[in-house]
Amino acid sequence: MDTLFQVLLDGMLNGMLYALVAVGLCLIWGVMDVINFAHGEYVMIAMYLTYWLGFLANVDPLVSMFAGGLFIFILGALTYQLIIKYTVGKPPLSALLATFGLAMLLKNLCLNRFTPNYRILSDTWLGDKTFQMGTLIVPIPQLVTAVLALLVIGLVFFMVRSTRFGWAIQATAMDKEAAELMGINTERIYLLVFGIGGATVGIAGGVMPTYLAVHPEVGTMFSLIAFVCVAMGGFGSIPGALVAALLIGIVEALAGYYIAPVFKYVAVFGLYLALVFLRPRGIFGW
Amino acid sequence: MNHHALKRKDLFWLALVALVALAPLLPAIAANSFLMHVLILILLYASMAQAWNIIGGYGGQTSFGHAVFFGIGAYGAGMAVVTYGLSPWPGALIGMLAAAVVAVLISYPCFKLSGHYFAIATFAIVEIFNRMFLVWYWVGGALGLDYPLVEEGLANLMWYDSKTGYFYCALVLFALIFGIVRFLEGHRFGYYLRAVREGQETAESLGVNSTAVKLAAMALSAALAALCGAFFVQYNLRVDPGMVMSLDTSMKFVLVTILGGAGTLAGPLLGAAVLIPLQEYTRALWGGLGGGVDLIIFGFLIIVIVIKQPAGITGIVRDIARRRVRRQDAAKGGATLGTS
Amino acid sequence: MALLEVRDVTKKFGELVANDRVSFTVDAGAIVGLIGPNGAGKTTLFNCAAGLFPATSGRIFFGGSEITGFPSYRIARMGAVRTFQVVRPLKDMTVYDNVLVGAFLHGAGTTKAHETAGACIEMCGLAEFADKPSGELPIGVKKRLELARALATKPRLLMLDEVMAGLTSTEVKTALELIRNIRKEGITLLIVEHIMEAIMPIADKVVVLDGGIKIAEGPPRKIIHDERVISAYLGEKFSRRLQARREEQPNV
Repeated sequence: MDTLFQVLLDGMLNGMLYALVAVGLCLIWGVMDVINFAHGEYVMIAMYLTYWLGFLANVDPLVSMFAGGLFIFILGALTYQLIIKYTVGKPPLSALLATFGLAMLLKNLCLNRFTPNYRILSDTWLGDKTFQMGTLIVPIPQLVTAVLALLVIGLVFFMVRSTRFGWAIQATAMDKEAAELMGINTERIYLLVFGIGGATVGIAGGVMPTYLAVHPEVGTMFSLIAFVCVAMGGFGSIPGALVAALLIGIVEALAGYYIAPVFKYVAVFGLYLALVFLRPRGIFGW
Repeated sequence: MNHHALKRKDLFWLALVALVALAPLLPAIAANSFLMHVLILILLYASMAQAWNIIGGYGGQTSFGHAVFFGIGAYGAGMAVVTYGLSPWPGALIGMLAAAVVAVLISYPCFKLSGHYFAIATFAIVEIFNRMFLVWYWVGGALGLDYPLVEEGLANLMWYDSKTGYFYCALVLFALIFGIVRFLEGHRFGYYLRAVREGQETAESLGVNSTAVKLAAMALSAALAALCGAFFVQYNLRVDPGMVMSLDTSMKFVLVTILGGAGTLAGPLLGAAVLIPLQEYTRALWGGLGGGVDLIIFGFLIIVIVIKQPAGITGIVRDIARRRVRRQDAAKGGATLGTS
Repeated sequence: MALLEVRDVTKKFGELVANDRVSFTVDAGAIVGLIGPNGAGKTTLFNCAAGLFPATSGRIFFGGSEITGFPSYRIARMGAVRTFQVVRPLKDMTVYDNVLVGAFLHGAGTTKAHETAGACIEMCGLAEFADKPSGELPIGVKKRLELARALATKPRLLMLDEVMAGLTSTEVKTALELIRNIRKEGITLLIVEHIMEAIMPIADKVVVLDGGIKIAEGPPRKIIHDERVISAYLGEKFSRRLQARREEQPNV
């Protein structure tokens, strides 16, 4: 019984990480119906940034995650300005294919410059710390990430629901032309949404190098899982993505422990397929 | 206009195939093992891309799951040789059949999904197959299948000393798949497939059973992709899940076609003719995986093509041709090409 | 014998009743007009008959057999083919290829299909546009393409949805000529139309919808005097005024 709770806890903490990565994609997909295949690569780049800052300049991840957030904000905005903007009138999967090209470019650029070696950041403030809660062992870096995720997701959700900027975003998402007619600068909205989406994963990439190895391939799985989270949660629904991410984290952990590690993703993707065939619009989709 | 006669472009293709068939007769080419390798890969990738083109280009259903069919074909032939000590041909045929069946079974529910949901579902399927093959003892699990030494020749589709045998096999594969697609282009099925792509409801209002058409296209596409997989394993002499049943392999099917021009006959060949030399020569220059330089360039090319010229290289060629005609017309002081 | 029979068809979208127990028939060889003010439910009824979506209740018969709930491709194969109000050319294909897609339905072989396509293109005056991509043509040409493509399927019943909308009066005259020629070929026509000058002269019978229900059915010269029709189109006040004037001058 105790192992079950441990597995569930690890799954939920992991799920919160997925949620943090997914919320940016959810925002982007919900507002402009674009799947950013390079989303996972944003995570990878943020992780590398944190790693190098930590390794070369001894900057703690908790500090450099802000740098990561800013850096990926800029990267996201650039992606929109240089690439996504031009996919608007084109066939529907253009953005997906173009960002796949971007992902390939970024991944191999890092492969070329940084080699495929796995790296982990040791010697950080959070380090390997854990604490005991009854019989449960709670890893602190993952817990911090989970709390951070909740904060960021809550902030984004609040922003979209309750601020003027957020309403402008919702208007643009629902009907771009109508929003423009109301005086909303939709170009700027798209730019900022891509930037914010990027910033959220930039922050995610901040804490992760303490417990996850950094290497050029690390982003790919994050991309896929983020897609599945957002699709399962329902197009444009942030609570949906959160629920889906938690579900996926738990299912992955259970499958990994009780069946075999290799079945983790079989279970996750199988769950996605089962759900999307039954409810094509996702859990909370509209 | 007579739509029946062998068009000029058909003669061009036949001439091209004949010319390529003559290539190994030149000792300079036949002796250059690396060049032969590049040519074989071009023919193989062009064939793979053309197989995908049936459902992805002409059919307009962007599937990212073709690695599954490619893998089924590869394992079909591979297991025939490695596990059962047979010739690869029966394995390839079974692989083609199995791929077609799997294609229909998974497409039927997937076609009910729209746009992005469909794409993600196809990713999910590749990942699932990848993991399943990793743990499946019968197909060799993570270690995959390694070829033993067998007798050379066509029966075993195996040559050790020279690449010429493989070259002609690849050429036949290429001619077969391109020939099938060319035939379908002029046949009712080809028109129905494109109509479904352009407007499913519209096509149905004209009597087209769009579900049946899409499933048939998928089955054909999968079977041909499997055939390519069978050739691949015979050439590569080994196969494992990461090599064939992976998202990267799936994306190759898609990107080569898109680079060249989806929905056209020449697109897959053009895409392969650009990508493969890029891939092989950078790897030769920089060793190993070439430091990923070929993929950096390819990634960049894909971005440019998708946003600037979604019709790919064929689109670029077509635009240049159109501009030349317009300039000629203007020089002649003649009528414009515009519509009233 | 009725080629098409619509019996008590109701179509609801959630709570909204678009068609309420509508019944009418279309005899073989006839031209029947389906008219009514905006929002009357004409296109919805059309879509039900053509199989684009199933009716909520009611039955539909074509050529004597029941087609209720059949998908549109089956109904098209049986010989009832429709055009769309907002034209839908198969954009990336040429005009010729568009028509060819229609021709393949009953063109047993490729040669036959090409012949049929060529003939339909001639009939609809599209020869000069045959090799142009259909997406970038003027609206009048696109409408003719829509028609030619439907004709190529060799239908028994051709259902036209507002085929005259957006045409100049010259184009309307050409279209009417074309429709008369189509009838001469033995094809029955069900035409949804807005423009009175277009439909009244050629229809044998007119069915009038308003607010989802059928309010009148009969030959055009009787329909235009029908109170309910006038009221539906022009409002009660005008209808009463017209009625009063008619009582003063009964022979107008």
